[in-house]
Amino acid sequence: MTTTGPSIRLLPRLDDTNRFFWTSGADGVLRFLRCGRCHRFVHPPVPRCSYCLADALVPETVSGRGVVHSFTVNHQQWIPGSDPYIIGLVTIAEQDDVRLTTNIVRCAPEDVRIGMPVAVEFERHEDVWVPLFAPAGGTPRP
Amino acid sequence: MSAREPLERRAVISGIGQSAVGRRLGRTELDLTLDACLQAIEDAGLTREDIDGLATFPGAGVGTAGFAGPSSPEVQDALRLRLNWHDGGLEGPGQLRAVFAACLAVAAGLARHVLVYRTVTESSAQGEGGRQGIGGAGGGSGRGVPRFSGFLQWTIPYGAVSAANWIAWIAQRRMYEFGLTREQLAQIALNARANAALNPKAIYRQPMSLEDYLSARMITTPLCLYDCDAPCDGSTAVVVSHVDYAPDAPKPACHVNAIGTALRGRPSWDQFDDMTTFSARDAAASMWERTELVPSDVGVAELYDGFSILTMVWLEELGLCPRGESGPFVEGGRRIALDGEIPLNTSGGQLSAGRLHGFGMMHEACVQLRGEGGARQVPAQPEVAAVAAGGGPIAGCMLLTRGPS
Repeated sequence: MTTTGPSIRLLPRLDDTNRFFWTSGADGVLRFLRCGRCHRFVHPPVPRCSYCLADALVPETVSGRGVVHSFTVNHQQWIPGSDPYIIGLVTIAEQDDVRLTTNIVRCAPEDVRIGMPVAVEFERHEDVWVPLFAPAGGTPRP
Repeated sequence: MSAREPLERRAVISGIGQSAVGRRLGRTELDLTLDACLQAIEDAGLTREDIDGLATFPGAGVGTAGFAGPSSPEVQDALRLRLNWHDGGLEGPGQLRAVFAACLAVAAGLARHVLVYRTVTESSAQGEGGRQGIGGAGGGSGRGVPRFSGFLQWTIPYGAVSAANWIAWIAQRRMYEFGLTREQLAQIALNARANAALNPKAIYRQPMSLEDYLSARMITTPLCLYDCDAPCDGSTAVVVSHVDYAPDAPKPACHVNAIGTALRGRPSWDQFDDMTTFSARDAAASMWERTELVPSDVGVAELYDGFSILTMVWLEELGLCPRGESGPFVEGGRRIALDGEIPLNTSGGQLSAGRLHGFGMMHEACVQLRGEGGARQVPAQPEVAAVAAGGGPIAGCMLLTRGPS
């Protein structure tokens, strides 16, 4: 059996800082802020590049691919009515130090592994496109 | 005292106090706090007129119900203290930040005797219901459901609503990198329970077996019920005094040898560079940079066990066992028992004695250094105690010694 997440999807409050991220899935792709000078990705969003401090961050599309860095299968009924769901921590393919907390979907809780390649998909709730990740096949890597 | 000597060595813990500790005591947080504070003041051989500093973690009005305890102004007013220095707050190197601040205030001459307390009434607040997630997550649907900003926006949509979830990542990653097993992790809980049997104030004192542990309800893999600490009601207080007072204190003063306060990685539960250490790595490193003592000097370790895995992280990062080897180190439980190489969480820790949120660990370290542990006293009288509190990106630690440094 697979689940997509908790029984209720509590949502982020959108503002001018995070709207690009949480609505990015409207056209089916994932975006992060990237520095126009040093070309590093920075997440969560901040006003300036945390690496080179340039005022040059703009949202940029990424491949949507990543690797499971760690995970847990939640059983506790923090949110009543939830079946066990996988809370994954995914490192994006483009940069080792950018991670997303997410749910691993299309995957039975007993099948999830650290190092598993995953790819993004989106679940729409009101004005938010929630990025989720599903097994993508391919070679595991740490 | 040399000019290069760490300033925290001008501080001692001259008195300790603790209220009743239990489940749903039905007493107010201020009531419990005053019990602990008055006990600590008397234990230090002082009266409230002597107290000229006050500090607490985390200050009122933060966290889930029962988490914060009374504000420092409430306690100051209840005791009509006349203060030269006062402090209360959440941000900093973990729960012990209030103690560290008190040490520095004393060293700087801002105060001579600082009362420091931490109070929880999480058991009463929880009532008959389950443990709460962070941000009031859980319950409710449809319109009127709150939305989330700040860090929680990145976790709450995914049902990652408790530190239990985030800390489970640490355990899972350690299983992957170091081959940690649930049977090894269990030893932290089993050791705590064995010690709690010797502590009359502990919450859970009945024996627990490995089978009990392995068959317990899963909370968030690989953490089961017995990997999570026990919410309780209780207050702990200490008096941090200038070292000059130590000879006059009626009980042996516990000397502050070094504090560890660093945070060198990103202050984030999901972006920190090394998921197997988090900032325990930084806090411990900065502590050892401030002392001539070495890990083999430590005779007793009171290491935060809000979740069992955090104790294993502290064991390694404090250098009490090699990096990545805390699993084999605790196997069978002998090395961490009261008569083992490094007696660990001697009062039963938060897992079995109650979630006094770091201050219980510090209190117990003083009890052991004074030799007042009774049935649970470490037989080889410890001269140096390691105290650590916190987990994830929130961590602080200290070394206390039985005599002057």
